[in-house]
Amino acid sequence: MSTGFDMEPFLLSFRLAAITTLLLFVLSVPLAWKLSRTRSVFKPFIEALISMPIVLPPTVLGFYLLIFLSERSPLGMFLHQRFNIDLVFTFEGILIASCVYSFPFMLQPLQSGMEQIAEEFLEASYALGKSRFDTLLHVILPNIKPSILTGLIITFAHTVGEFGVVLMVGGSIQGETRVASIAIYELVELMDYRAAHGYSFVLVAFSFTVLAIVYILNYRKRASA
Amino acid sequence: MDMVVSLLKKTLAGAEGEFLLETDVKIACGGITAIAGTSGSGKTTFLRMLAGLTTPDEGFLEVDGEVWFRGERGKTPRVNLKPQQRKVGVVFQGYALFPHMSVLGNLLYASRDRDMAEKLLSMIGLQQLRHVKPPNLSGGQKQRVALARALMQQPRILLLDEPLSALDETIKALLQDELLKVNREFGVTILIVTHDSSEIYKLCDRVLLFEKGRIIADTSPRKLLVEHATTQKFAFRGEVLELRAVDAVHVAVVAIGNNLVEVVIDKDEKENLNAGDSVMVGTKAFSPTVRKFEKQAFDVSKL
Repeated sequence: MSTGFDMEPFLLSFRLAAITTLLLFVLSVPLAWKLSRTRSVFKPFIEALISMPIVLPPTVLGFYLLIFLSERSPLGMFLHQRFNIDLVFTFEGILIASCVYSFPFMLQPLQSGMEQIAEEFLEASYALGKSRFDTLLHVILPNIKPSILTGLIITFAHTVGEFGVVLMVGGSIQGETRVASIAIYELVELMDYRAAHGYSFVLVAFSFTVLAIVYILNYRKRASA
Repeated sequence: MDMVVSLLKKTLAGAEGEFLLETDVKIACGGITAIAGTSGSGKTTFLRMLAGLTTPDEGFLEVDGEVWFRGERGKTPRVNLKPQQRKVGVVFQGYALFPHMSVLGNLLYASRDRDMAEKLLSMIGLQQLRHVKPPNLSGGQKQRVALARALMQQPRILLLDEPLSALDETIKALLQDELLKVNREFGVTILIVTHDSSEIYKLCDRVLLFEKGRIIADTSPRKLLVEHATTQKFAFRGEVLELRAVDAVHVAVVAIGNNLVEVVIDKDEKENLNAGDSVMVGTKAFSPTVRKFEKQAFDVSKL
């Protein structure tokens, strides 16, 4: 059974990655800012918690997310009864899972970029009467552009490349949760190697391009520093 | 009228254990006050407490009739204005110019007042460099931009933390003139941390000498530097540029401010001097002498 080249899984992957990247950027900027300036004893624990997806098998993460988001969990029950929203086997569900899974890939570059900004710049901005928000917007973010770009690109690419977590939380529902990586898995199971080759090649080319861009950015950053 | 009334205290950690920084001082409106003393004596912390960048443990601070800080030890301060609420201009030791903004951008970030920015740019002579980014400026130019930026919001007090220490003597002299001009034109009260005795002498009308957190002398620069430290009628600090032999005598070429002078020295003096040395050029019985400049020319122990 050959289905020809169906773009839908790719579009779904890119849509998932784009929204995940956007949400994580908005979430990570204030958190990275806080973490880069705090000396709290809780800091290593927060960092460890957020970095867990890097080392945990995606199945473990997917398993807990499945339980946490299911209709029988307090959160799932609340969302189902209040808003009639179901998170398991839906796009919203894999979006939440992606955000958890890719969180460290957005947070870490932002945080390390912000940590390199000298305290003196912040103090100068405060002494000029600027609020913390103004300082973040006009002094911090423009000075960590390479870190921001790295965070955005890596998060996007990493979300496109995820498999285990999405499969556990979302299954493989066409047009809803069947993203590119899962489509390839199914094609192989169906022994449709031709289509699997096509899909895989697109992902290989995409990953290579993305990583090359990140490395070029990093070299530029080093050259200008 | 007093511009600054400070009664701030803070326990600091020094190289030889903790010590208490106590600043019981009133500073009059409009002057230039030097804050001098050994490193680690609390000078910079004093400036930071005035700017609101460091929180004192206790005490009281009033600037231009407005209470900026009031608090007791161990309690949350009753009044503690944020740096943003204090009308101070700060020039940091490393200038802290925003590298991604042009010279003009740095000024306009402080305040959207274009006329003020133009006025300050022409005053510091940097109109041509308005679109240049700070990493491409020289040390003296950066210093000027930092000064102009600090003045954009027309602060009541201007705090400078060793603003000229990294610059060479010629640029230093120019910028000192500019500071005097700023002081006169804007009527801003200036506090300046400096180690440089000639700077104190040239710029300031008052010196606060800090040692281990206490103000151990509060006097005029003349009293502190001249009457205590030298016995000569006149003396200038300079830098030896060249030593050479002319016929039978040795001559030292010394740069004093913008001037070059040639001073005849004897053989022993020549042995002792090298190009680049800081020296004092003075007279004894009408003939100029050159002696090596002692860093502790205003050593505390001599007072």
